[in-house]
Amino acid sequence: MIDIKEYGEYTTSWCPGCGNHDVLKALKQTLSELNLAPRDVAHVSGIGQAAKAPHYISLNGFNGLHGRGLPSAQAVKLANPALTVIAESGDGCNYGEGGNHFLAAIRRNVDLTLLAHDNQIYGLTKGQASPTTMEGHVTKSQPGGVYNSPFNPVAVAIGMKCSFVARAFSGNVPHLVSVMKQAIRHKGFALVDIFSPCISFNKVNTFGWYKQRCYELPADYDPTDWHGAMEKAQEFGERIPIGVLYKNPRPTLDSRYDFLQKGPLCKQPVDHGTLDTIMDGYL
Amino acid sequence: METKDKHIVIGGEAGQGLVTIGQMLTKALARSGYEVLVAQHYMSRVRGGHNTYRIRTGNGEIVSPVDGIDILVALDQETVSRHKANMTESGIVILDETLDPEGLKAVRVPFKELAPRPIYQNIAGLAVVAELLGIGQEVLQKLIRNTFRRKGDEVVTQNLTVLDEACRWTEAHKSSCTPLPPAEGDSGRMVIHGNEAIALGALAAGVKCCFFYPMTPATSVAQNLITYAERMQLIVEQAEDEVAALNMGLGSVYAGAKTLVPTSGGGFALMTEAVSLAGVMESPIVIVLAQRPGPATGLPTRTEQADLNLALYAGHGEFPRAIYAPATVEDCFELTYRSFDVTERFQTPVFVLTDQYLADSYRAVHKFDLAALAPVAEPDTGNEGDRSYKRYAFTEDGVSPRKLPGFSEALVLADCHEHTEDGHITESMDVRVAMNDKRMRKEQGMRAETLAPRYFGDEGASRILVCWGSTEGPAREAAARMRRKGARVGVLSFTQVWPLAPESFMPLLENAEEVIGIEGNATAQFMKLIRQETGFKVHRTVLRYDGRPFTPRYILQNLGEEEG
Ligand SMILES: Cc1ncc(C[n+]2csc(CCOP(=O)(O)OP(=O)(O)O)c2C)c(N)n1
Ligand code: SF4
Repeated sequence: MIDIKEYGEYTTSWCPGCGNHDVLKALKQTLSELNLAPRDVAHVSGIGQAAKAPHYISLNGFNGLHGRGLPSAQAVKLANPALTVIAESGDGCNYGEGGNHFLAAIRRNVDLTLLAHDNQIYGLTKGQASPTTMEGHVTKSQPGGVYNSPFNPVAVAIGMKCSFVARAFSGNVPHLVSVMKQAIRHKGFALVDIFSPCISFNKVNTFGWYKQRCYELPADYDPTDWHGAMEKAQEFGERIPIGVLYKNPRPTLDSRYDFLQKGPLCKQPVDHGTLDTIMDGYL
Repeated sequence: METKDKHIVIGGEAGQGLVTIGQMLTKALARSGYEVLVAQHYMSRVRGGHNTYRIRTGNGEIVSPVDGIDILVALDQETVSRHKANMTESGIVILDETLDPEGLKAVRVPFKELAPRPIYQNIAGLAVVAELLGIGQEVLQKLIRNTFRRKGDEVVTQNLTVLDEACRWTEAHKSSCTPLPPAEGDSGRMVIHGNEAIALGALAAGVKCCFFYPMTPATSVAQNLITYAERMQLIVEQAEDEVAALNMGLGSVYAGAKTLVPTSGGGFALMTEAVSLAGVMESPIVIVLAQRPGPATGLPTRTEQADLNLALYAGHGEFPRAIYAPATVEDCFELTYRSFDVTERFQTPVFVLTDQYLADSYRAVHKFDLAALAPVAEPDTGNEGDRSYKRYAFTEDGVSPRKLPGFSEALVLADCHEHTEDGHITESMDVRVAMNDKRMRKEQGMRAETLAPRYFGDEGASRILVCWGSTEGPAREAAARMRRKGARVGVLSFTQVWPLAPESFMPLLENAEEVIGIEGNATAQFMKLIRQETGFKVHRTVLRYDGRPFTPRYILQNLGEEEG
């Protein structure tokens, strides 16, 4: 186990009481328990409050553009599969601006873990609706209440037979750590949608709101049963299941390239001999 | 640049096989030792429409497409009517006996008799043209064997029989066309087009990742890399869109892989935010921008040079970049290769700005000498480094030591915000200014290595044609024709359009009586850039933006000169 101090201590710009603090705490604990040294992890994010995470932990970090963390994260893994890749961002970043990339990442199935802080609101830009904001939720930007039906990330992911789909709550750190561990260990694209309350701008889905509703999936729950998982993914209201909803082991994109097994691409020599023969083909 | 050459235009609908005839004829000519230059005009549709495949061939320097047609291979009636006005005095049309030559001197071929099935008509057509030009049958036989080997012996034999019969049939018609003079060139050259050369240049430089979203005329760069991906061990991934493509590119570059992202105008427009990210993250990335006419979807399969400003100003904020503009197929190889070195050393985006005409233009070139290439800079994969490492350390030349994640104890933090030396977000005014200055200092280093423009012509020419990228060839040939009439004309051709190094060309421009800007857009973007950087205003411009490449005739006519 690696000492948790190895992952650093930073002052954050997050509001006191924001769920993000606990997600960060859980991530550090997870990495420590998984014995993952900072140098071996690449932490990739987009833009938003959650996406600032790489600045608050000692890992290799790539803080990219709003919605575009996933494309970059996948390519990091393809270029150097020795790195453990963790993508982390908010619901707006991943499901709004980055919606197309989210769908593509599920299909591509590169071995990485996506930690999606789902506070059902835009935090950094001060409280506009996000794709996961519930219908009728009144915000400054949606004064008449949100009329779009909410995006259900776990149902979409399961619908697409995503390799690993989980839901968690920042208010239950031990459970969150256990889910993160399974996600990172899982070979393939792993989605962890984490309820992480925004105490400043979401007055509906508060800490208490989630606490009251979230319940852990029972020990005998079968995450390989697609129909059952689809049903659980629809459960969002008085009761919300948390835990690993669905697992579908399938070959990852990175494992399809034999030459990647030889190590990072930047260490692989340029084969001018073969290139010379290729040029002969044009003669 | 005295040329004894012929211009062969094969015209017809998409799907009629004109590209097959064209490519085989091009190869046969090059393998016989002739120069070739291909310009392809096609419409944005898979079947139908009117397309042409144009080969200019002969001895001597052939650097530009021309207008006058010596041999017109008409696969349909429309080809005859569309192009008859452009026939040279001795020009002939080759067509099926059922088509009407519309008064042109013609070789009417009984294709039905010569080819047992329509799919063999291509070979019959090829045979007729080749025989008229005087190309040896052996070259064609070898070509057919190589092309159809994979389809089995029967296909090869059938094609050879058609070839033989068609050649024999043509013998009786040989008097209708003067053959090419004996070839003077080297027969052992590669026949490749601009985008193939870009792919080869990238492979030579050690490209390991390519992310793309299909868009004409950039797709063939990725397509070529895909063809060699397994043998050269690289990853080519079709992204969900261009936004993803470049953001993926920056991810692979962060992890140390040399990466190429090819696209065209509309796709590049989507990438501009990530270009800016490359600027602030100081990512070494090579972007190939293959121009076609805009705005928006414009003329998808035609050519233009109107995205210079886009490449120059793409991305919000200020950061340095380099832009190369290949003029020839050899340039495509060399400048792409060079781009990988420059981007690696200066850690900022580098562009290869090509266009549809060059992308699709086949030429006969000598095999690129890989052994002669200076090595490309490599990322630091050493295992020295500790937690005190600063990704964006302030340095005199603006270039910070770049480490890769996972190779040492050094942690690499790349960030999109303004950041401190160790990559953390900052709002400090002082750090902001210092970091911006650091990044911009790299431009001085790049400027010191800017390629001087090429000059063709006599010393002290009174008129100078200024051009960039693929317009070089037509400008050179127009100048040559003017020189033949006694004018003292030179051509100044830029293969790097940013940053500019005025000391390398200003004396020339200042000493000329007349400086004429020639470029493929409506607003003379490059001439304005020269003025912005030097205060020098060109005296005249010749601009083309009808989707077609420049020809010497177009330039001369617009200058009010006789064609010569
Ligand atoms: C292209 C682009 N559009 C908009 C923004 C402004 N922006 C920054 S964060 C954000 C939303 C963040 O919401 P979310 O992803 O849910 O993260 P949170 O702040 O709630 O953690 C937006 C719209 C941006 N930075 N870039
Ligand atoms: S605004 Fe909301 S999401 Fe942002 S730090 Fe504060 S509580 Fe967290």
